[in-house]
Amino acid sequence: MLKEVIISGFGGQGSLLIGQVLAMAGVVEDKNATYRPTYGFEKRGGIAFCDVILSDEEIGSPVVEEPEAVIIMDERSFKRFEPLVKKGGVMFYNTSLVTSKPSRDDIKYYEVPCNDMAQEMGSDKVANMIMLGAYIGYSKAVAMDSVEAGLKEKLGHGKEKAIPLNRKALEAGAAISNK
Amino acid sequence: MSEMLYERTKFLTDKPTHYCPGCTHGLEHKLVGEVLEELGIIDRTIMIISVGCSAPAYDYANLDSIACLHGRAPATATGVRAALPDSILYLHQGDGDLLSIGLDETISAASRGENITVVFANNNIYGMTGGQMAATTLIGQKATTCPRGRDPKLDGYPMKACEMINTLTAPKFIAREALYDIPHINKCKKALKKAFQNQKEGKGYSFVEILSTCPTNWHMSPQASMEHVKNEMEEVYPLGVFRDED
Amino acid sequence: MKKLMKGNEAFAEAAMQAGCRCYFGYPITPQNEVPEYISWRMRDLGGVFKQAESEVASVNMVYGSAAAGVRSMTSSSGLGIALMQEGITNLCSTEIPCVFLNVSRGGPGLGTIQCSQADYNQMTRGGGNGDYYLPTYAPATMQEACDLIQKAFDTADKYRNPVGVMVDATIGNMMESVDIVENKAPDPSIPDKKEWCLQGGQRPDGSFARVKGLFNVPAESEEFVEYLGRKYDKIEKNEVMVDITDCDDADVVIVAYGTTARIAKQTIKFGKEAGIKIGMVRPQTVWPFPYAETKKACSHAKGVLCAEMAIGQLLQDVKIALEGTKPITQYHRLSGVMPSAKDMFKLCEKIAKEGK
Repeated sequence: MLKEVIISGFGGQGSLLIGQVLAMAGVVEDKNATYRPTYGFEKRGGIAFCDVILSDEEIGSPVVEEPEAVIIMDERSFKRFEPLVKKGGVMFYNTSLVTSKPSRDDIKYYEVPCNDMAQEMGSDKVANMIMLGAYIGYSKAVAMDSVEAGLKEKLGHGKEKAIPLNRKALEAGAAISNK
Repeated sequence: MSEMLYERTKFLTDKPTHYCPGCTHGLEHKLVGEVLEELGIIDRTIMIISVGCSAPAYDYANLDSIACLHGRAPATATGVRAALPDSILYLHQGDGDLLSIGLDETISAASRGENITVVFANNNIYGMTGGQMAATTLIGQKATTCPRGRDPKLDGYPMKACEMINTLTAPKFIAREALYDIPHINKCKKALKKAFQNQKEGKGYSFVEILSTCPTNWHMSPQASMEHVKNEMEEVYPLGVFRDED
Repeated sequence: MKKLMKGNEAFAEAAMQAGCRCYFGYPITPQNEVPEYISWRMRDLGGVFKQAESEVASVNMVYGSAAAGVRSMTSSSGLGIALMQEGITNLCSTEIPCVFLNVSRGGPGLGTIQCSQADYNQMTRGGGNGDYYLPTYAPATMQEACDLIQKAFDTADKYRNPVGVMVDATIGNMMESVDIVENKAPDPSIPDKKEWCLQGGQRPDGSFARVKGLFNVPAESEEFVEYLGRKYDKIEKNEVMVDITDCDDADVVIVAYGTTARIAKQTIKFGKEAGIKIGMVRPQTVWPFPYAETKKACSHAKGVLCAEMAIGQLLQDVKIALEGTKPITQYHRLSGVMPSAKDMFKLCEKIAKEGK
């Protein structure tokens, strides 16, 4: 199995966090995983994307040049990464913020209104987890339990109370792509 | 027929700033811009930019600007002053730049009485690099490099810039202000105006420390950050004019 | 008009005669006469001298005045230059021209205050970070130093890059007659600085000056560094200076620069007396190094003597130049113990017979 994903948003949306969680989930399942972040120097609002690779084999280059899946949290990322998706690949995009419309007919698109859904759930902070859930639901790259385990490790001690809401967000996202 | 009551200062470009929600850098630039316009000196002002969250400030300023190495803004300003005697130099520095890596340059330029205006955005933390402890971090305050809170036995006590500069002979104007409500914003603007007025008149070194916020790295909301300045920071860093000499 | 002067003072005068109007520096032996001389002389010419609080501050003050379009310089030695490395890379990344005078002393660390050539690597390999080069002149005499420091300002302005002039402490502290060109006008090919320098106020086209070297977008940074690379290629192509003497039919070629080369002239004389043909390749720019010229000049000799006041620094460039075509013998004296013309001659005798 080989999954090459790019997750991109602006600084503060948690694009890098879900990349790390995805990589950790892969490690939970004994897969090889790499996570490579790229970010600007702004604390908020700058470029923020990561390359995540999950593989049964040893991973060579950690740079994903032609992603088969792309997860987009903002407009700037949509414009940047839509052209790079591999033919036959898939793009998840945050319709709460992205105004551009799909322009390719050789890849699959999923509309995920993460911020709106997160607000309905009562916390803006889980928008990124909804998006991750959508990807997991589609790709089945890892089990949802593994993602939860990865998240637990990422959040660390004392943050267990946040887990149920995050799990709910993951499931809500998965429901969109499972359809 | 409508009348223009308030216009944005022409100091600021149209580019939205990258500063975090609740950060006071933007307000500080705005106040400086208004002051420079009111004093009629904006056309000869050069912005001396330091390393920190304000590093890309040249994108926000309709001014000639120069980005300096970390801590070296007062030295670079000294060079610019030597080359352009009639220019107005606006330095904007954070904690690390002014009091750690640049402490020598800060004190030396002040001691030489360089005719510059230094605006010090003191937010008790390193913003751009992700929230490490600063020379001005409060005792007990948590930061990524003092996760259990600042311990004086390990890292000493907060450094107070105004008080330190006030021991030197040359500086002409030293003040510390805050921005947590309208009266304080007005006082701050007044201090900035005096500081730049001094430079315009060739009087010498002027220093304005502004108790600033960093909601992102303090892990507080913008409102809570302002409360923190008023309730906790001001206790350690008293406001007021320390020196106003002719 | 020829005048007997001390090296450091002559270089300072030459710099000011080439239009240097801002100097910032910090005392360090063996170059203290430079700031001392400038501290009184600069005022006559309407410029600014300031003693900075450190070498770190000095290079940053130069950054400010040079960014405002004024010909500016600083001077230091050895570990003082080491402190300036961040400043040098910053000047390269912001394309601000200025001149660094290095009156080199023994190292590493505090070393000695005596002369050496152990800053070769620091000047040519970069002690600072990133892809940059500091074009560096390496004069051998006081006169040449005065001429090259004046040229350095032109080179810096031409390419919008800092430029180094490296003399060892011997050249800095000795006295000799020099004829300094007065009121030397800048090279007419240098573009108008007002296109990029700080002035205060909007330019006619509505823009403002932006002096900066930090990039936030990888592609933009790559584009800029590639552009710098092309600039350094241009400098390598056009600015090499080398003095080649008697190499056409030489048995031995000495490669040396600065005071070592001057001493080696005596070695060549010994050779003439003994019937041994000794030639010399004397780089006058150590970056860009005369690689092709050195290889060609050494092509007839049996062997090459690389002589310097350092352990194997110039040697690296000689190896690169020769590409393994000739055996190289190394000779060095260090930390103020001067190279001996006689000892170098003994080595040349051996090389002339056995190649090394």
